[in-house]
Amino acid sequence: MRKTCLNMVYELAKQDERVVFIGSDLGPGVLDEMKQTMPDRFYMEGVSEQNIVGIAAGLAMDGFIPYVNTIATFITRRCFEQVAVDLCLHDLPVRLIGNGGGLVYAPLGPTHLATEDLAIMRSLPNMTIVSPSDADEMTRFMKSALDWPHPIYIRLGKGGDPVVTGDHEGFEIGAAVNLREGKDIQILSSGVMSGRALLAADLLEKENISAGVIHLPTVKPLDVEAVLAATESAMLVTLEEHFKAGGLGSAITETLIDANKMPALGVLRIGLEDSFPLAYGSQDELMESFGLQPPAIAQKISNAFQERS
Amino acid sequence: MINHPFSNEIYPDSPPLDDRSKEMRRLVIDALDGGGRGHLGSSMSLIEIMRVIYDDVANHRPDEPMWEGRDRCILSKGHGCLALYAALACHNYFPREEMRQFCHFPSRLGGHPERSKVPGVEASTGALGHGLSIGVGMALAARIRKRNNRIFVVMGDGEINEGSVWEAAMSASKHSLSHLTAIVDYNKIQSYGRTAEVLDLEPLLDKWRAFGFETVECDGHDVKALTDVLKNPLSTTKPSMVIAHTVKGKGVAFAENDPEWHHKSRVPAEQISAMYAALAENQ
Repeated sequence: MRKTCLNMVYELAKQDERVVFIGSDLGPGVLDEMKQTMPDRFYMEGVSEQNIVGIAAGLAMDGFIPYVNTIATFITRRCFEQVAVDLCLHDLPVRLIGNGGGLVYAPLGPTHLATEDLAIMRSLPNMTIVSPSDADEMTRFMKSALDWPHPIYIRLGKGGDPVVTGDHEGFEIGAAVNLREGKDIQILSSGVMSGRALLAADLLEKENISAGVIHLPTVKPLDVEAVLAATESAMLVTLEEHFKAGGLGSAITETLIDANKMPALGVLRIGLEDSFPLAYGSQDELMESFGLQPPAIAQKISNAFQERS
Repeated sequence: MINHPFSNEIYPDSPPLDDRSKEMRRLVIDALDGGGRGHLGSSMSLIEIMRVIYDDVANHRPDEPMWEGRDRCILSKGHGCLALYAALACHNYFPREEMRQFCHFPSRLGGHPERSKVPGVEASTGALGHGLSIGVGMALAARIRKRNNRIFVVMGDGEINEGSVWEAAMSASKHSLSHLTAIVDYNKIQSYGRTAEVLDLEPLLDKWRAFGFETVECDGHDVKALTDVLKNPLSTTKPSMVIAHTVKGKGVAFAENDPEWHHKSRVPAEQISAMYAALAENQ
């Protein structure tokens, strides 16, 4: 997904002279061809997140569309004030590409995990948040969002994640994507969790629980209509690779509360509990330890559904 | 601990304030009078810097604030906005009577300047340490577009405590942004007290030189001296840094070099009268 996203930056830059790339201190060879062919639109500015966000703002004030890339946690936590003031207050079309959203950097530990990124980005006016599920969706998003006139935080998965949205065409910011029909339960998820939601729904099917999956690649602005329509099912489940505080589940439940609309069996929120991980390992292993792999997800949903029915 | 000398000690023969400098300072006092609050000290030290940029150095069009070819001036120390507003009002970016609306709902002139609200304001500032990076971005933009406009970034001495300033300094130097001129309003007093005491900046010129800037220092209240150093970039290959030694509260004798006047709220009428009087008496 990361590779696709960066390749798309170069493709867009070929088509549109406003596109500029700014990295911090990425791996060797990143976008080498872009660096060679358009040196005045490729910048690698070192480990200085505050600075690169400010530079992006200055470029955007002159009509450029900067794509800024570094590790998700650094592009959200480290330069939060620059993101809030330089980008959101000025409402500039800067794109923040965050590598390793969620638990991707599990082997590197809590300093590198982006597990509150959605919460802090959601809190900013004018910010758009996109969390695609796979490389195909990333490509569609990148093609469609060039002229979006606001800042965008793009949460990247690890890469190699299964393509679960392949048949869908185009990408509309703020629009949900229906991945699976279901009549008892609707699972609302984003990012790579939508793939896991589909697998969990398969497991639930074996228990005669019919679960649909609604993929929300845009966390902000949320597809309010789709969320409210989902309450026609008996129970809603929110699923995210993020702390339960402030993420997708919060966004969805806030929407329901504001609309005074709840499904009959309420909402089950599945995400990371309020704790830093206690161990290292792979992303999958940490997911497992937090109960975020399909069998555990299905189990939690099944238990709640039966308890509440 | 050694306190570094104030500008009036370094430049005892600094020229007296002329009519233009007093006119701008009166506008600052108008705002304090109307708004009942304001960063008096931080704005008064800046007056000649803003004056020289807007009167004598920058290409700009008040009737076309977003003219593409304009030189950009970012007031990174946003709390000194009254000096910026005074310069913009003097150039008819907005009516000067508006100064009295300062901080009054629903005024667009607030305690920190906003790009989307006030014509002529290039960047919304107030959170410190942001302006130089934005200036680097603007300077890169000008270079990509092959435009020859200049970028001025005015920072406070307390402001450059921020690490982000030094990140930006490295970028400016890396890219040889000779059309970028940074200025430090070095009045030697930050909110809590003397900069030497809070977080010493010295040797300040050496620091900027080491970060790759062409540097110069001058009397920040001497219009001719400032014009001389700002009229053209100091180098054709490096970004410029002008350390302007200034007096906090300059022009209002009882507020000069006094941290108490960094910011004031609930300023009583008699103090306002005393400010106008002190300014009029200033020789």
